[in-house]
Amino acid sequence: MTLYFLNFVLLIIGLYALVFKRHIVKKILGVAIMEYAVNLFLILLGFRKSGVPPILMKDMDMATFIRTAVDPLPQALVLTSIVIGLGTLALMVAMAIRLYERYGTFDMDEIKRLRG
Amino acid sequence: MKGKKQSGMTFIVKTITNLIIGFMMVFGAYVVLYGHITPGGGFPGGVMIALAYILITLAYGRKVVESMVSGVAGSVGDDIGALAIIILGFIGLWIGGTFLFNFLPKGTPFELFSAGHIIIYNLAIMLKVGMSLYIVFLALAILQRVVVTRNENEEN
Amino acid sequence: MSVLLPLFTTIPVFSAILMLLVGKFDKKYFPRIWSILTSLSLLFILAAIWGKGTIIHEMGGWKPPFGVVLVKDNLSQLMLLVVNVVTFLTVIYSYSYMRKYEDYLRFFTLFLFMLAGMNGVVLTGDLFNLFVFLEIASIASYALVGYGIDAEELEASFKYLILGALASIFILFGIGMIYSVTGSVNMADVARFIIDNGLADNKAILMATGLFILGFGLKAGLVPFHAWLPDAHSSAPAPISVMLSGVLIKVLGIYSLMRIFYSMIGMTSVVSNILLVMGSISMLVGAFMGFGQDDMKRMFAFSSISQMGYIAVGIGIGTPLAIIGALFHLLNHAVFKSLLFLSSGAIQTSTGTRNLSELGGLRKSMPVTSGASVIGALSIAGVPPFNGFWSKLIIIVAAFSAGYIWLGAILVLTAFLTLAYYLRFQKNVIFGEPTPNMKDVREAPFLMLMPIVIFAVLCLLGGIFNGWLISNIIAPAQSVIMNQMAYISSVLGI
Repeated sequence: MTLYFLNFVLLIIGLYALVFKRHIVKKILGVAIMEYAVNLFLILLGFRKSGVPPILMKDMDMATFIRTAVDPLPQALVLTSIVIGLGTLALMVAMAIRLYERYGTFDMDEIKRLRG
Repeated sequence: MKGKKQSGMTFIVKTITNLIIGFMMVFGAYVVLYGHITPGGGFPGGVMIALAYILITLAYGRKVVESMVSGVAGSVGDDIGALAIIILGFIGLWIGGTFLFNFLPKGTPFELFSAGHIIIYNLAIMLKVGMSLYIVFLALAILQRVVVTRNENEEN
Repeated sequence: MSVLLPLFTTIPVFSAILMLLVGKFDKKYFPRIWSILTSLSLLFILAAIWGKGTIIHEMGGWKPPFGVVLVKDNLSQLMLLVVNVVTFLTVIYSYSYMRKYEDYLRFFTLFLFMLAGMNGVVLTGDLFNLFVFLEIASIASYALVGYGIDAEELEASFKYLILGALASIFILFGIGMIYSVTGSVNMADVARFIIDNGLADNKAILMATGLFILGFGLKAGLVPFHAWLPDAHSSAPAPISVMLSGVLIKVLGIYSLMRIFYSMIGMTSVVSNILLVMGSISMLVGAFMGFGQDDMKRMFAFSSISQMGYIAVGIGIGTPLAIIGALFHLLNHAVFKSLLFLSSGAIQTSTGTRNLSELGGLRKSMPVTSGASVIGALSIAGVPPFNGFWSKLIIIVAAFSAGYIWLGAILVLTAFLTLAYYLRFQKNVIFGEPTPNMKDVREAPFLMLMPIVIFAVLCLLGGIFNGWLISNIIAPAQSVIMNQMAYISSVLGI
């Protein structure tokens, strides 16, 4: 239960960084932290106390394996989600570099003023 | 006394990089090839191989790594990996009636050549992901060079 | 027949990657011609599977709920028609519009990826697969909005990117919540689990509902999540504004909301009321803010927010007549908003500006474009005999007959406001005398005019043959979306 609560705290930290910081790179890091928090939430859903990794080895009994292994489906979902997060992050970083080239500043408030 | 400007990082970083690169590549290849038996598969293995090239970029500079695998070669490798995935899916559609149908013989479990077409998918994904990360990093390195020279020109 | 379903997503992806390979040799002609051939082939495949009822395709041979399943029912069929027809006409338009940007290869590659993502969202029967295709379409659209790299569009694209990434994170959170309660991500399996175990007022499902409304509402541009829409839709190149406003906000926002709340979780009164309130506020905000705009495309973007409010209100009312009105308005809005954005792109190419204060008297120098824009403006304002009149009438009648008197009054008020600011647009741009710098303006090229004329003809035909359209295309979609048990039984085979 405390694990879920700490995970939620991580999400709120990411949201705080995204909303209240003015530097573009800090906002990007806020989005990255939020993505970590959601991926962690998905993995925590499949967690089982004193469980074994869901890898079937040659001399394992099927019944005990099903009883004690952690859930592998969220792990597959998280793998895809990490790749998607990577793509979004790469696009954000490239756009931040282009914004710096164009406006000469990383401060989000000045970029808003320039648009008019 | 002014020598030629050295690209990349210090001598210590370059030595450690020389030692580690081979290990990273071999371990990445192992994770990819045994992806259907042990955890891993195409994506983590591809990331490790791309990280090996990124390490060379950080330690030695952009020109050295471009002479090893150029930007164009990375882009072509990226496309070939993606095309391989889709063509394999189409072959599955042709043979089995559903997309991504497993049409190769499945073999015995826990062996290297089992589980049908998963090993070919792992290789294709490794090519795609590795080359993608590599050319994204190369593009960002080129962009950074443009921004730094613009700042230097402004200061002069 | 089910073998044709995965082609809707794989053929655009295959074409995009092939274009990247061959484009290293021929950058000018191959991307454009290959994109036109690709979207044309998708139209042929759609004609082959049209009207055949519900088709299921199990990927890799794995049965649901273990494998990913592609489902085409009558609602997906309607959305596929909207997406693919608008995309085909937009690709023809961008053949000559993108000449001033000079980088065809990357534009058409990203465009085909966006098409693949949208087709995938419409066809999938699995929650996480929906998320993956939603992300493909969204990331392609983020890159496409920031395409004019020399101008200030970068800031609009960055704002869109950050807000879109936030929405996707919340959607993934909601998917995790649903998985924690039901143990499956297949939509039909989740629906069966919720019905069998009576979980309609479970707290986790309620939280997932809230997260989904937040995430998908942001993608649809409903107030209070509309902050990205005016900047992104007005700063993008004209074909991308068409795709964003004409299909993307409908597929990623409205269709996903309908699929999740009608076929999966089940429509409760909480969700209906939230959609009614958000829809009404969207209508009024879009209509009032549309008045003070000088930029033509920004006015159209606020009008999109307003019309999305109409559709959300129709879904929120929930009676069969209201849903028929909402789906018909979705189809109509795709047609006339695409027409308006395409003609704004033609006007900008010919005159170099899109500010209402600088334009004037274009009916003499650009007769075809002005005629089509007049048809578009009359359609969206709800003037008979064009198609907008019928869909707005159906929604208003449904609101009054379901007992929502105040809501009906807001609907009628918004219709009058829409008429007012589109009349202002016509007076400033088309009628009146030409301003001094509008003297030597020529008509747009043929490949840009053809889609504009086709859309205008579709507006007229949609208004005249609205009875045929409703009974053959819209009503099957409506009857399918309200029948949750038929969806579950056709996917799971029980």
